[in-house]
Amino acid sequence: MNDLKNTCLHDRHVALGAQMSPFGGFDMPIQYSGIVEEHNAVRNACGVFDVSHMGEVNISGPDAEKYVNHIFTNDLRGIPAGKILYGMMLNPEGGVVDDLLVYKRGENNFFLVINASNIDKDMAWIEKNAAGYDVEIDPLSDELGQLAVQGPGSEEVMEQVLGITCSDLEFYTFKEEELDGVHILVSRTGYTGEDGFEIYAEPEAIVRMWDILMESGRALPCGLGCRDTLRFEVGLPLYGDELSDTITPLEAGLGIFVKLDKPEFIGREALEKQKAEGAPRKLVGLELHDRAIPRHGYEVVNGEGEVVGHVTTGYRGISVDKSIAAALVDTPWSAKGTELKVRIRRKEFPATVTAKKFYKKSYKK
Amino acid sequence: MSKIYYSKSHEYARVEGDIAYIGITDYAQKALGNVVYVDMPEQGDDITAGEEFGAVESVKAASDLFAPVSGAVIESNEQLIDNPRLINEDAMANWIIKVSLTDPSELDNLMDEEAYNAFCASESH
Repeated sequence: MNDLKNTCLHDRHVALGAQMSPFGGFDMPIQYSGIVEEHNAVRNACGVFDVSHMGEVNISGPDAEKYVNHIFTNDLRGIPAGKILYGMMLNPEGGVVDDLLVYKRGENNFFLVINASNIDKDMAWIEKNAAGYDVEIDPLSDELGQLAVQGPGSEEVMEQVLGITCSDLEFYTFKEEELDGVHILVSRTGYTGEDGFEIYAEPEAIVRMWDILMESGRALPCGLGCRDTLRFEVGLPLYGDELSDTITPLEAGLGIFVKLDKPEFIGREALEKQKAEGAPRKLVGLELHDRAIPRHGYEVVNGEGEVVGHVTTGYRGISVDKSIAAALVDTPWSAKGTELKVRIRRKEFPATVTAKKFYKKSYKK
Repeated sequence: MSKIYYSKSHEYARVEGDIAYIGITDYAQKALGNVVYVDMPEQGDDITAGEEFGAVESVKAASDLFAPVSGAVIESNEQLIDNPRLINEDAMANWIIKVSLTDPSELDNLMDEEAYNAFCASESH
């Protein structure tokens, strides 16, 4: 269990003096120059992240679309090749096994991108539920590295520094091509709320692209620290914080990625029931009136001092100069404007329920 | 005349007579990165050697503060409320609380500068 894995860029991170820490079973860079500087680089210019810890699996074969649609909440029917959908895999109770991206490479050929922390669980889940479907499941997590080039300057950096034409790529689409003799997959996706791209390729090519980016000085190396502050400010969920095996997409406010009009998928009955009855908890934003910082796991209490929820993620915002949190609270306390309190060490700090998006996304659509 | 004592949890106590100014060391502020919030006790609160008395928070995490000595809080550094980054600028000058010592003999349990530097060197290996 304690065997931490390294990504193909581990040596580069250490050489850059990154602060390293375990994440999802990998020894990952948390920050290089500092979370605030890296966060601002992505909001205002361009940053590059090593996200090679992410897992990948390809599912193909005669029943591939039918099968992926069976384990996925979004609806792949009728989408063109080159399109990407976000959604979740659910257990029969409606809890989230994982949230993922599904890339449609062609008819009955899909590339799934899953969370590092869930690779083993997801692979077992995908294998187990494939019984009776004629599909080929190819785990690719150990064979592929991944870079995320993010920020308003990322298109120029991709084209001018890496030589990857991508001005033609629309949001949530991808293409596959050869770059210097290596097969790469490039998508206009990310996890920062800014325009950006993700590149999947064999490790040697990922290292080569990283080195070119570092040499150019046009993309600041960014760690998982600012990846978390960036995604949190724009209301994107992180598995383990806002999502888990016991949190449903309806509770997490991700209902638009769940297509209940699909004939069937694992977890559908549970979600239909929850939709009819109303979700017992809701993910909300909290804005504290004080500088104190709400952190993951801290209790949220109502005026009577009863615990009505907990903080899933919290920070002193960077693009937003306030102490803010995402919190999962009992539905009666989830309306915007509701006054609650967060328990931080010995004290309780007043907080107002807000939208869970604190900063506007700037996607290029 | 003042003398500075250090704890293994990276707090310092700068002692003048029976008064101690307590803060975090330069080593600690570097390890934390950008300080964004300091949770401090109030005037009149008692702190007990070895026990938590507040926290210093960076963007990423909250780090508990442990009292190097016991005493009564005379003052907390209010400048840190609006400007917590002063700790990054000069951790030794920007103390967190000023305390009247209950038991000066507790200082014997702390390290002097030389011992603390050796301790930090051993921790970072």
